[in-house]
This record gives sequence, structure tokens and C-alpha cells, in this order.
Amino acid sequence: MSVHRHIVPRLAMQSLGNRALTASLTVLAIAFSVMLLLGVEKVRTGARQSFADTISGTDLIVGARSGGIQLLLYSVFRIGNATNNVTWQSYDNIAKRPEVAWIVPLSLGDSHHGFRVLGTTPEYFQRYKYRHGQSLAFADGVPFNDLFDAVIGADVAKTLGYKVGDPIVVAHGLGSVAFVEHEDKPFRVAGILEKTGTPVDRTVHVSLEGIEAIHVDWQGGMPAPGQTIGADEVRQMDLKPKAITAALVGLKSKLATFKLQRAINEYRQEPLSAIMPGAALQELWGLVGTAETALAVVSAMVVATALLGMVTMILTTLNERRREMAILRSVGARPSTILGLLATEAGLLTLAGVTLGVVMLYAALALLRPWVDATYGLDLSIDPPTQREWLMLAGIVAAGFLAGLLPALRAYRMSLADGMTVRT
Amino acid sequence: MQRHAPAPGPADIVRMQDVHFCWPGARSFSLSVDAFTLPAGAKVLLVGASGTGKSTFLSLLCGIVAPSSGTLEVMGTDLARLSHSTRDRFRAEHFGIIFQMFNLLPYGSVLDNVMLPLSFSLTRAERAAKNGTAEDEARRLLDSLGLDAALLSGYSTAALSVGQQQRVAAARALIGAPEVIVADEPTSALDRNRQLAFLDLLFAEAEKAGSAVIMVSHEEELGSRFDKVLRLDEIARAERSAAA
Repeated sequence: MSVHRHIVPRLAMQSLGNRALTASLTVLAIAFSVMLLLGVEKVRTGARQSFADTISGTDLIVGARSGGIQLLLYSVFRIGNATNNVTWQSYDNIAKRPEVAWIVPLSLGDSHHGFRVLGTTPEYFQRYKYRHGQSLAFADGVPFNDLFDAVIGADVAKTLGYKVGDPIVVAHGLGSVAFVEHEDKPFRVAGILEKTGTPVDRTVHVSLEGIEAIHVDWQGGMPAPGQTIGADEVRQMDLKPKAITAALVGLKSKLATFKLQRAINEYRQEPLSAIMPGAALQELWGLVGTAETALAVVSAMVVATALLGMVTMILTTLNERRREMAILRSVGARPSTILGLLATEAGLLTLAGVTLGVVMLYAALALLRPWVDATYGLDLSIDPPTQREWLMLAGIVAAGFLAGLLPALRAYRMSLADGMTVRT
Repeated sequence: MQRHAPAPGPADIVRMQDVHFCWPGARSFSLSVDAFTLPAGAKVLLVGASGTGKSTFLSLLCGIVAPSSGTLEVMGTDLARLSHSTRDRFRAEHFGIIFQMFNLLPYGSVLDNVMLPLSFSLTRAERAAKNGTAEDEARRLLDSLGLDAALLSGYSTAALSVGQQQRVAAARALIGAPEVIVADEPTSALDRNRQLAFLDLLFAEAEKAGSAVIMVSHEEELGSRFDKVLRLDEIARAERSAAA
């Protein structure tokens, strides 16, 4: 009995070694499919983490009435546009509420060479937090303190080659090629932020007054004909903003979050929405969950295809291996030994494929990580497989072993029927 | 190492009585053997043309299939009463089998192939290792069968000539001194001189081990080397029913 068990894995290894080329191609197919499956999982969790890391320390985001996801996307991720503005009056009212510890206004709508321009207050640089409460840091320069000062994100500086002190011209609207530029009122780069891996990297920050200043002589989105006001004249004007796009709010006590949220949602003077970033993110996951599931199903099917390829490989070799089976039977192997031999071969192939796939994935992660981070702002963590991933891998090996039972059962029946006769 | 001639007692190592067997399924080929005996240590040639039930007879003898009725005793054990897996074990312990050709596993070295039965039979593994290691015994067998073990033992079996392959197969059948060597036309691919040389070497080793040899062939001319020549159609009736 014990002798039987020793010989099977050795025979399986030798038999696979004898068909090294087809065996290694099969292993490679399984490895690629496993790499895809795990890779999708890594990118998925990486993307979620990246989104979740973008905003931290903010209790509520306030904007014009809209869906929570939309408000989150345009205010924090600079994706899409606001449906409406929030009046300065409402902003002021919220800011004065006793629960509010701090409030930072956000004013969006202009762009600079395809990068969004954000009007805000200097407090933004202290209040905005990302990745577990990290603060923004300056790679060079200081926060804006002049009307025409701008602070640019790391990607803006890198892409456009800006240094502190360079003049920049802000365009109205969001296109990369802007037809109407606010040429008469150029800004100056006052500071450059460190890379954060968030949309901040791709943003040009100016003061709220700066946003107002470039629009003083504009009416209805176009320069008012016949009257231009120079930069120096603007400085003399009252540049108190009339409206903003959204506001980040920090509370003195988290316990007040729901109360203030309801108060803002029921605000009488103007239709407003207040959202909790975490809750809105959850809502977003619910929305993209379907796409994620579809992606996971596709990669699972690729794994199934690879296993099917392996079964085909083993099945096609069965006929030419009939003699091998007869020889093994003649020296005393039971049909069950033959069954075990083929199932072991399938199991070994799958195990090798899964192992190689994991190695390839981590090699690719280590190699591509800086590039993915730089290009997509996606920080793919190189962690050991999670419990869920281990389970997935174990499941694949089990599936491979089970799939191997199909050719194994066929060989079992063949070796029973062949007896001593050897067909070639 | 040598096993001495079996002690007096039951002189017949194989006894078949009123054995009947029918292949299951659509093959509908049946074989009946009224009486057949193989004396211990004897060398018997079984002559039969193809289609006379040669393979079926050997399958029965080696316990790969079980008779549907009758007694089939090997060393006093009725194979018909054994379960499938016990029969497989019994075969591993007491039979050495040589096929017509392509006897070797394409993977594994010559030595791996020779020592293959030892993985399935403890008794034979112990016997083979009695005077040293099993590997020594495998090399000794290869040498005495006219193969240069030192040169060939590490070779892949694919590199061997047909004659060399058959001798490796003979070494595999002989290792661990099983009581019965069954050979199914082992020399049909060899020319006459090589056939006779092969038989001489096989018999010499079988005698040393005390094994009986039963060989099936369609070439009656080889009979002079054997103790006894039997015609398969005289001891067994093959029937092929027309109905599917």
C-alpha cells in the first residue's frame, strides 16, 4: 500500500518532464490566467484604496443639491461639473453654525492647459488631508498670499515645466485648448506642492478673490465688449465672492455630523446637499460594483479556459499513453493508481501554474508600480496575498485537480478494458 | 541471491480448471480453458495464431481480468476469489511480464524501468536487496542479460535499440525473482539468432531465480529450447459470438 503512494508523484513528475514543452506551455497558460485574476483583484483594491485615500479628515462636503456621488466626484475628484453654485450667503450661514470647526470653500470652473483651477482659501492647505490624515506639503514656495498668486500640484509643475515665479494664464472653461483666455490678468506661481497621488497633483490653486478678479469684466461667459479692466484696477475693487461651488466642512464633534447634514439638506433659502465622504464612497462602490463583478467573472473565465486547455492536453496524450498504462498495470499498478497518476499530473500542472502566476504578478507589480503611480495616481501595494486571495488560489488548484479527474477516469476505464492488450 | 528450486509439494505453480471468461460489453469474445497446469520452474511455450485468445489467456493468467467461472490457482491461491486490488497486488508480487515491444516507460532511465516493479511489491523489493542494494541487483541483471549496465543505466530508454529494450524488459520481469515470468511474443521483433540468444539469457536468469517461464509465440520453431510446447487451441476454446 505504502509503496503505491510513493511512486505516483514520482511517476507523475517524470511523465510531465517527458512532455516538458506541452507541460510548460500549459503551466504558462494557467500562470497568465492566475496573474490576470489576481492582478484585477489588486488593481480593484488599489483603486478603492486610492479613492478612499483621496480625502480624509473632512466630515461633510456641501454643494448645490445633487446626488451624493456627483457632489463627491466634482468637489474632490474633479470629475464632472457642479449643477449649480452655492451662494456666499449660504456659505456664510453654514460657517457661522456652532458645530462647525472649520470650513474651506471650493470654487471650480476654470482651467489651465487642461488642469482644473480651484479657487479656495489658504486654510485649504492645512485642512485638506489625504491618505490617513497626511497634510499637503510644499516642494517649493509658499501658499498664495497675493491676489494673483497660484499654487500648483506636482503633476502640473512636472507636465508644464513650471517653477516658482513663472507667470501663468488661466482660461475660462475646462477645455485643454481654451479659446478665451484671461490674458490680461496673468498669475504667478507662488508654490509647488509635493506629489500626493490624488487629484490635488493635477490642480492649480488660486485664492477665491483671484477667481473673482479674472471674471470682473466678464458677462455671460464672454468678455464684456468695450470695457476691460486692468490688473491694477482690479486690486482696488471689492472682490468678495458671490458664489462658490462647494465647501469642505470639519466639525467640532463627529456626533453632530448627522444633525448638521440634515440641517443643510433642509436649508430653506437654497437647495443644498451635504454628504459624508465615506458614505458617498460606499455609494460609489455600489455603483461600480457591477463593473467590478463583470471584470472578476471575465478573469475567472480565463482561468477556467486555461484549466480546460490543460484537460485537453492530458486527454490528447491519453491514447499514446495507453501502452504506458498497460506497462504500469503489468507491474502491479491498480487502475486506481493510474487514476491517481493522471489526477496528480493535473494537480501538479495547476500548482506550478498558480505558483508561477503569483511570482509573475509580484514581479510585474514591483516593476510597474512606480509607473502606474506616476501615470494613474494608483498606488498598488505589494502586500502578501490576502486570505481571500489565498482561498482563490487554493480553489484554482482544487479545480485543476478535479478537472484532471476527467481524463483520469477515462484512463481508468481504458486500462480496465484494455487488460493485457496493448493498443498503439 | 539465488532462490533454490521450490520445495517439493504442489509441483504446479498454475492450475486452471473449467475456466470461462467473457469480455464485458460489445466485444462478446469468450474463452474457455478446461485444464491447464504450469509446473514450478518449467519453461513452457504456448503456440497460437493471433485471434485465438492469446491476450485474453494471458490477462486471465496474470489476474488482470477474473474468470466468470472455474478455478484459476496460482501458488495455491484462487485468483477468481480475489478482489481487483488484491489481484493487482498478487500480480506485482508473483509475476514478471514482458510484452511484444515498447515495453518501457518513455520517461525514466533504464534503471528506473528495471526497478519499477519493486515500487509495487515489497517481497520483490526485499529479495532484490538481499545481497546489496536493489540498484546493484538491477545492474547485475542488465549485465548478465548482455547489456553494459555501466554505460546504459543512466540512459533514457528512447535511445535503446529494440533488442536492448527487450533485454531491459526481461531484467524488469526478473528483478526480485517472481515465481512466474510471462512473455508475450517477446522476440518477434528480433532476427532468429538474436531470438535464441535472448531466450538463452532469459532462461539462465529464470533458472537462477527459480522462476517458471510461460511464453506465447506463433513461432513453433523456438520450441526446442522449452521443456514443453502447447498449442493454445488445444487447451482453450475461443468463441466470438455474432450477436453484438
